Amino acid sequence: MNGVVVLALSDLSSGQSGVVVDVVGGFGMRRRVEAMGIRPGKSVTKVSGMFMRGPVVVRVDNMEVAIGWGMARRIMVKVVR
Amino acid sequence: MGYGEENHGEGGAVRRVVAKAVPWSRRRSPSEEKKMVLLMGNPNVGKSAVFSRLSGVHVIASNYPGTTVGYTEGYMKLGDEKVKVIDVPGAYTLEPTCKAEEVAVEMMTKGDLVINVVDATNLERNLYLTTQLIEAGVPVVVALNIWDETKHKGIAIDVRKLEEMLGIPVVPTVAVTGEGMARLVHRLGEARSVGTQRRTSSQRWAEVGRIVENVQLIRHRHHTVLDRLAEASIAPVSGMPIALGVLFGCFQLVRFLGEGLIEYVIDPLFNALYLPLMTRLSGLLGAEPVLHKILIGELIKGEIDWSQSMGALTTGLYVPFGMVLPYVFSFYLVLSLLEDFGYLPRLAVLFDTVMHRIGLHGYAIVPMLLGFGCNVPGILATRILESRRERFITATLISIGIPCAALQAMIFGLVGKRGVQWVVIVYLTLFVAWLSLGRILNLLVKGFSPALLMEIPPYRMVSLRLIAKKVSMRIRTFLYEAIPIVVFGVFVINILYIVKVFDVLASLSSPVVIHVLGLPKEAVVPIVLGFLRKDVALGFLSPLDLTPKQLVIGATVLAMFFPCIATFVVFIRELGWSSMLKAAGIMVIVSIGFGGLQNLILR
Repeated sequence: MNGVVVLALSDLSSGQSGVVVDVVGGFGMRRRVEAMGIRPGKSVTKVSGMFMRGPVVVRVDNMEVAIGWGMARRIMVKVVR
Repeated sequence: MGYGEENHGEGGAVRRVVAKAVPWSRRRSPSEEKKMVLLMGNPNVGKSAVFSRLSGVHVIASNYPGTTVGYTEGYMKLGDEKVKVIDVPGAYTLEPTCKAEEVAVEMMTKGDLVINVVDATNLERNLYLTTQLIEAGVPVVVALNIWDETKHKGIAIDVRKLEEMLGIPVVPTVAVTGEGMARLVHRLGEARSVGTQRRTSSQRWAEVGRIVENVQLIRHRHHTVLDRLAEASIAPVSGMPIALGVLFGCFQLVRFLGEGLIEYVIDPLFNALYLPLMTRLSGLLGAEPVLHKILIGELIKGEIDWSQSMGALTTGLYVPFGMVLPYVFSFYLVLSLLEDFGYLPRLAVLFDTVMHRIGLHGYAIVPMLLGFGCNVPGILATRILESRRERFITATLISIGIPCAALQAMIFGLVGKRGVQWVVIVYLTLFVAWLSLGRILNLLVKGFSPALLMEIPPYRMVSLRLIAKKVSMRIRTFLYEAIPIVVFGVFVINILYIVKVFDVLASLSSPVVIHVLGLPKEAVVPIVLGFLRKDVALGFLSPLDLTPKQLVIGATVLAMFFPCIATFVVFIRELGWSSMLKAAGIMVIVSIGFGGLQNLILR
């Protein structure tokens, strides 16, 4: 099936890429996430996720960022599949 | 830390107001004080390496007043002038999102010139801070660091164009090898404040995007061996075995180095140089039993015994230098290697799930690991944690569930003699106590623990020069902190011993020791003495003819019960009296609880 879906970062599977559409959170959280280079319009690739709601590791540009599961759940990405 | 010279005088507040957009020559008269060069940049961009290249030998690590955020300062030559260089805590943005960034912002307003260290392989995110610095009106020079890696990564950057678009000098550098550093220093004089308009963050990102598009070209990049290793060590399936292997290897290495140092360096030195001196002093003090007891201590079989005499000048000095320092040294060496290679953040990610269950995030694994060397640096390292709640939980868990290297050596030696299964029981009990107490503290301790969000830097080759500098700085800090405490502690304990405070404590606690823990009456004094040195106290248990079960209980209780005096003092200094009292109460309850449980279950 072809189409665009919006998923939380935590729901991506390893190796899957998407474009950040929204960071659902307070001002403080948005700022923290943005400072790490994750902001709407950026393309991210999930590198790995740990078992049992562990942190999600994503690649943005040339760097890897680990994001706690609770936060990753609130970063929405657009995935084409 | 308090022993560094702090130059953040009263003028700071005033200066902060006028600091805006004034070039550095005019900001204060030359005679007023030394000029200050600040190194600022994102975390993990090699800022410390640049610092180490610029600054001389005399480097001081301090804490920013009123915070737990640490920074280092040193001096460098700029023309004929000696100026101060400060390695400011890493920051992603000047709109602070954490304590370290708040400190960075505050320090920026006090500096005369900023060297903005930028990771050339991560231009976009790094330039965000650069644009903020330019906007703030401080004179900035950009060190385009990690320049050598751009080639491997297929990144081409037009430095001249970047310079033009930013309007400030940009110098490619490889701080680890020193490449470009001379040019960087040479061009510091060109720094001036450009002072552009204040922008919103989205305007800034747009500007950064425009610059990056114009100056950077990314070609195909091929995976290196290190990249592959990086991937394998973060994927859960391969990451966990790798982590366990790395940790096991590290502990073996630390023990091997530590034991080697003690056997071939420290002990010969003590015996050849210091023993004759002390023996003479002991002879001179023969007529003064009280003074002899305090300074030299008890003679064991007519001779001074470094670890058992318990005098301030004998055991008091031998413990920090002869028993702890070798392990601390080898521990810091191994830890610095892991740190500089870039492994620690991966460890933090792998352990985040576990640590989350006890109200901490993955990074708390670092102080916990340090605690296995010596609890003192472990508790000091809780400074890297953001909230007070996290620091309290971590420090308490370290004091209870993490046996230090010296104690572990005794556990292996004494308990291990009765069979490996008993050692396993001790460690298992400690782990269960650590985990269950962590879960309980997570429910009980108020406050919040911020979620994990951190960059995972790529693996990088380590520079031995930087490692040597780092280890020597950490050792120096350890010596300043630990030695006065231990010497003073032994001194005080000896006085308490003489005035029979310990006898009172022993008779008060003997019902618990005998009936709940099932230990003989003679075990009471060693356990109370555990406050001073847990490993030595465990040694006192050995001649008592205990059953393996009793020995296991004794070792477990000693490990969990009150921290040693050095840990105790550092705990108070880091977290305050009331936290220490709370933690102490928890320790007593937990150790008696688990010791009693062992007494019931084991046979």
